[in-house]
Amino acid sequence: MRRLRWPLLLPALPVIVAVAAALLAPWVAPASPTSGNLAARLRPPAWISGGSGTRLLGTDLLGRDLLSRLIWGARISLLIALAATVLGAVVGSLIGLVSGYYRGRIDRVVTKLIDVQLAFPFVLLAIAVIAVAGASIPVLVIVLAIGSWVGHARIIRGLVLSLRERDYVQAARALGADTPRILFRHLLPEILSVILILATFDVGRIIILESTLSFLGLGVQPPTPSWGSDLRDAAAYVRQAWWTSVFPGLAIMVVVLGVNLVGDALRDALDPRTQSRARA
Amino acid sequence: MLQYGVRKLAHTLLVALGVVTLVFAALRLSGDPAATMLPGDASVDELVALRKTLGLDRPIPVQYVSFLAGAVTGDFGISFRHQQPALGLVIDRLPATLELAFAALVLAVVVAVPLGIIAALNRGRLADVLAMAFAVVGQATPYFWMGIMLILVVSVELGWLPTSGRGTWAHLILPAITLGTHFAASLARLTRTAMLEVLGQNYVTTARAKGLPERTVILAHALKNASVPVITLIGLQFGTLLGGAVVTETIFAWPGVGRLAVQSIFVRDYPVVQAGVFVLALSFVGINLLVDLLYGVLDPRIRTEDTA
Repeated sequence: MRRLRWPLLLPALPVIVAVAAALLAPWVAPASPTSGNLAARLRPPAWISGGSGTRLLGTDLLGRDLLSRLIWGARISLLIALAATVLGAVVGSLIGLVSGYYRGRIDRVVTKLIDVQLAFPFVLLAIAVIAVAGASIPVLVIVLAIGSWVGHARIIRGLVLSLRERDYVQAARALGADTPRILFRHLLPEILSVILILATFDVGRIIILESTLSFLGLGVQPPTPSWGSDLRDAAAYVRQAWWTSVFPGLAIMVVVLGVNLVGDALRDALDPRTQSRARA
Repeated sequence: MLQYGVRKLAHTLLVALGVVTLVFAALRLSGDPAATMLPGDASVDELVALRKTLGLDRPIPVQYVSFLAGAVTGDFGISFRHQQPALGLVIDRLPATLELAFAALVLAVVVAVPLGIIAALNRGRLADVLAMAFAVVGQATPYFWMGIMLILVVSVELGWLPTSGRGTWAHLILPAITLGTHFAASLARLTRTAMLEVLGQNYVTTARAKGLPERTVILAHALKNASVPVITLIGLQFGTLLGGAVVTETIFAWPGVGRLAVQSIFVRDYPVVQAGVFVLALSFVGINLLVDLLYGVLDPRIRTEDTA
């Protein structure tokens, strides 16, 4: 394991700030994210004339404090991203593990399924499911997980296919270890770092996908604050109030940038074998 | 080459069947379309009647077969809103979507491939750092925010380009940049990696040693061999572009299939959603077939490999 280089701290910073904001939202948000003062609608940020010192980033169309909505939005956006990432990683890794270990018929079915899903643009799949199931946070998490399991399954399957032939696995089998023991005691620890790296990149991708679906009106529904759905409203009056469009997008960009760079650093530190091609 | 083409075509048909099945599964197993289509105060009788009209009262395998038959004959039902065949509505919008996707693709390739090459040739120097900074930031920026910011700066503040609609070349520029940037970012990264890999190969050293001009070495020897992973990515990412087109069309009021599909969700025009998803997914499968065939031309070794 190579040492983590110092610049890791810099990209990690926005991630740490966003996580802290998400965890501490009730205490750090200066105002309520959902109730606004219509008399104080579309106030510009504090440093622009007409801005107010108590409304640091200004207010939106309904007079709600933008900073507070960003802070509470971090909670929703990160929670959804985390839940979907974990769900996708667990399901995808399990499928990859079983399919690569057993090979044969299971493997053929799984690889066909992967092929088909890779031939299907994710946003379209999401539209098809959400058109019928309706837009809600649980549906969103499941849809996002459906979008991410494939990446895990494909890579883990490939790894397990070669790992299962290693001497130590053969030895464990010869000593009479049963299949679950081989899968979880011998193979899983070996691939855990790869799962972790894949999941880190997934977090960034999923934050963007979640905000995209919410922007289209297919994800988080108002008045629940989320970065994507806030931008949906803001885009309509970008001429009158640029700040309502600029800050939520900036939040998404900086956090995703941070997560991706942390992922890069993790990959370099944990697994020098995987080249940067894996995420291009 | 012919045998390779036939094999690829057979594989594509199989994947297309899988895609149709997936569309069916996503649309039929995730809820009751009849309940989604009717307003909230509809009676049970109305629900039962609509389920019967749509054929949803039949067993799932029967529905699947008739869905397949519909997909093959192009019959997705009549749009409730427009009172026209759903597929026709979608096909009418397809040129606009493909125009946007191809414009974004061309823009991305024209920007990203030279950028990746320059970065690889100047590894570790300023040009490399700047190119990769562009790539990393581009990958972290959501399409829709990029679109909103472009409208804000270029259309509203500077007044240079129209904010929405389709018609002239000027209408195409902002949507194409919006859609293309994300793709350009990953393409630049991959081109750089592929070039670095190839530049270290013996045949590049040989080409240089026998005194070929650097231009020839890079363009004829290195780039051609670096192009296989690059073209793979272009094919794979075309699907992402079609997905991104859905978002881009919505922001710029671009009259394409994606915008139609999203609008149809909100007015519960279910046949149009179904036809739109189907047509876009199938375009993607078709593009991937083209990419596979192109491989065979670029890298003769691939033709003889067992790709089934």
